[in-house]
Amino acid sequence: MNPEPQVTTPTAPGPDPDVVMRAEGVTKVFPGTTALDDVTLDVHRAMVNVLIGENGAGKSTLMKILAGVEQPTSGRVLLDGEEVRLASRLDAARLGIGIIYQELNLCPNLSVVDNIFLAREVAPRGVIDRRRQRAHARSLIERLEQRIDPDTQVGMLRVGQQQIVEIARALAEDVRVLIMDEPTSALSAAETEVLFRIIRDLKAHGVTIIYISHKLDELLGIGDRITVLRDGRMVAHADAGDVDVSWIIGQMVGRDPSALFTRTDHPIGEIRLRVRDVTLPRVGGGFLLDHVSFDLHAGEILGIYGLMGAGRTELLECLAGVRPESTGEVRLDGLRLDEADVADRIEAGIVLVPEDRQSDGLVPTLSVAHNMLLASLKRYLRRFWLVPEWERQAVERYIGDLSIRVSSADQPISSLSGGNQQKVVVAKGLMTAPRILLLDEPTRGIDVGAKSEIFQIMSRLAEGGYGIVFVSSELKEVMAMSDRVLVLSKGAIAAQFERDQVTEEHLVAASAAGYLRAAAAPAPGSALAAVGVAR
Amino acid sequence: MTARAQAIRPRGLTRTEVAQVLLRGTALIALAVMVVVFGALSPTFLQLTNLEILAKQTAINAILAIGMTFVILTGGIDLSVGSIVGLTAMIAGLLINEGLQIGALGVIVYPHTWMVMVIALVAGALVGAINGLIITRFSVAPFIATLGMLYVARGAAGLLNNGNTFPNLVGRPELGNTGFAELGAGELLGVSWAIWIMGALALVAWFVTSLTPFGRAVYAVGGNQRSAELSGIRVDRTKLVVYMISGLCAATVGLIIASQLVAAHPATGEFFELNAIAAVVLGGTSLSGGRGTIVGTMIGAFVIGVLTVGLNQLGVSSFWQLIVKGSVIVLALVLDQLQVRVQRRIALQQQAHADVAPAPAG
Repeated sequence: MNPEPQVTTPTAPGPDPDVVMRAEGVTKVFPGTTALDDVTLDVHRAMVNVLIGENGAGKSTLMKILAGVEQPTSGRVLLDGEEVRLASRLDAARLGIGIIYQELNLCPNLSVVDNIFLAREVAPRGVIDRRRQRAHARSLIERLEQRIDPDTQVGMLRVGQQQIVEIARALAEDVRVLIMDEPTSALSAAETEVLFRIIRDLKAHGVTIIYISHKLDELLGIGDRITVLRDGRMVAHADAGDVDVSWIIGQMVGRDPSALFTRTDHPIGEIRLRVRDVTLPRVGGGFLLDHVSFDLHAGEILGIYGLMGAGRTELLECLAGVRPESTGEVRLDGLRLDEADVADRIEAGIVLVPEDRQSDGLVPTLSVAHNMLLASLKRYLRRFWLVPEWERQAVERYIGDLSIRVSSADQPISSLSGGNQQKVVVAKGLMTAPRILLLDEPTRGIDVGAKSEIFQIMSRLAEGGYGIVFVSSELKEVMAMSDRVLVLSKGAIAAQFERDQVTEEHLVAASAAGYLRAAAAPAPGSALAAVGVAR
Repeated sequence: MTARAQAIRPRGLTRTEVAQVLLRGTALIALAVMVVVFGALSPTFLQLTNLEILAKQTAINAILAIGMTFVILTGGIDLSVGSIVGLTAMIAGLLINEGLQIGALGVIVYPHTWMVMVIALVAGALVGAINGLIITRFSVAPFIATLGMLYVARGAAGLLNNGNTFPNLVGRPELGNTGFAELGAGELLGVSWAIWIMGALALVAWFVTSLTPFGRAVYAVGGNQRSAELSGIRVDRTKLVVYMISGLCAATVGLIIASQLVAAHPATGEFFELNAIAAVVLGGTSLSGGRGTIVGTMIGAFVIGVLTVGLNQLGVSSFWQLIVKGSVIVLALVLDQLQVRVQRRIALQQQAHADVAPAPAG
């Protein structure tokens, strides 16, 4: 089992004058996942309480519960030692709890003023007092040291300015506790400085801040108390002065990541898939995929690495036949498949396990069994009808093979955890008896245990002579699992590494290659940041 | 948890199936309550002859609703069925009374009665195919595409005889096209053809939806089109076929009505689409697609049928009938939604317990 995490148990129950707000034993379950599992968090008065964790650790969910946006499945929230019921955002706002969301929550069609005062308009006798609202908005914006016309439509502002409006909106409420969910992700360095000044100012006025960010060094600069969440559980709690960045990373990641991977050495066979000059034009000129060619052998796991937008998903979609507008040659065991659609290619033996299981992989209205069977229905056909007995046998076999944890194959797919849902999608692919398996980010958003199981399945399949194309944006995964790695950059193959040559530095450098060549002008965001610093 | 051991129960009802039955329950319970109430209030209501009238009246709506179920399961809607009923009735009337004029030769061919029926059915399926093609090829929303067809098909029905009725569809013995009225008036084992047809179609539709790859594709397309496509399901073809099925069902109804009346009127079937949609929705089929059953649709059709016949017999004014019908539809769905919400909450709580205290691995 995993090593016991360091947990400093929060102080014994009973009102602690330093604790302004407390989430106690909070559990939040969404269909398919447990976002928070019995989390207890103390929020210290007039301090910057930092919350940190990997994607999917449950930070945002916890904040939404404290802000009344979501309600916990079980557990309770205390304010100044008394239990409060936050049934809606409005309830929390009345108690002086403000939130700045991670995603911008503004109405782009309304003006800055209208957004700032949305749902709490200054309207004596039911008529909005525009002048007072505008004056107030202007003073808030001035406090944030910005020059934004309060009458501008929010949709016309750039993202950083919209974030400022979002902050102004929170300041307009008279808050005691202000939750900031990644407020700096869209801000320039100068804007961040201003925000930090305001945070210190708020603190001096007794306002409590809960602060979430991924920028670790930033957190240590602004934070007073640090809490680490991992996989929906609280794993550590410390004073910011006592810890450093590497401690935080250690707590966030938890176990040693290399223990995840299983790989058996297996012989690599003949060429099964030949891909030549696969090209996908981009709407508006250029290429999403630019003459991509490679071979895939039997028993080989071919890793594909690249940055967002490098064309990884598009490449797999072309191979699976989802992109009829692509050109180039795809041969499976000598058979040309250029003209074949998805159904034909599945028949021929290529199947895609898509990246986004909710939108591309599963049919939420169907049961586990029917989802599994969906791509291979022809196999259970007697004349024109499906034979339930054959279907049942197949489903049972794959539930066992992939150890999918279900209480019944007929239960709705949405009741499974993310990892088990992913295994259902993989099972659906395998049940078509493919020769080539295309896996697009097969471990995204699933817990560590399920990840390791997916890797086990991959190496077992490779041993069995499948050819596997495996897309991942996690360096460690790609390096540990692949026999060979292709690096895509701006739609073209930038480099290719054999297993024994590949290093993180190589991969990162190669993935940026296409952008360096094309980087005549710096991206607008970075230019603004530079200007901001100069000022 | 003994997950593996009871991963699949070979036979008998699983918990989800029981839940589904309970969810479907609202309509079924409503049906039972209404039968009891009308039976108590009206001595004639439960008499066999009355029940046959009831089934015969329900058949029209039920057949349309069966076709509509396929369409709605894919997440679509077919507003044109009422007009297709009118159009195909008129086509049958035209063929029987005036035959087919071939070219400029002035040759008139009178097809046999069975051919008249086949032609009308094919015409219905063709109109459905046009709907399907407009929806899939040109990505027009089903609501709009079939709304357009609602007008077009109704207009075409009027054009066939300048807005007039084709009366007296008995055919002439010397032309070999007699016997059309048999479909509407005839019986097998003392039960009207319309009821037999309804039963047969319901059986076939149940079979297709639950035991064929096409049926599975219909559910998958309605549940998540993209995921269905990536699983190798030909989404466009599936959609095309469901609109053809709906058109075919509408043509069947057009023939039955024309035969019952021994006349074809271009306004036949106005507002039928709304009754059909109501039956499907009452039967627990989700308008967003992916969820629903033929059995549910049949229950829904009978709820509407019982309500109509029962209220008629009690002499309730037709205006009150409309109010009652509308309220029952909305009320049934309100109850449905409540139950769904309760169930979702229970499921989440169960999951929370299971996840918080995970079973030992193995």
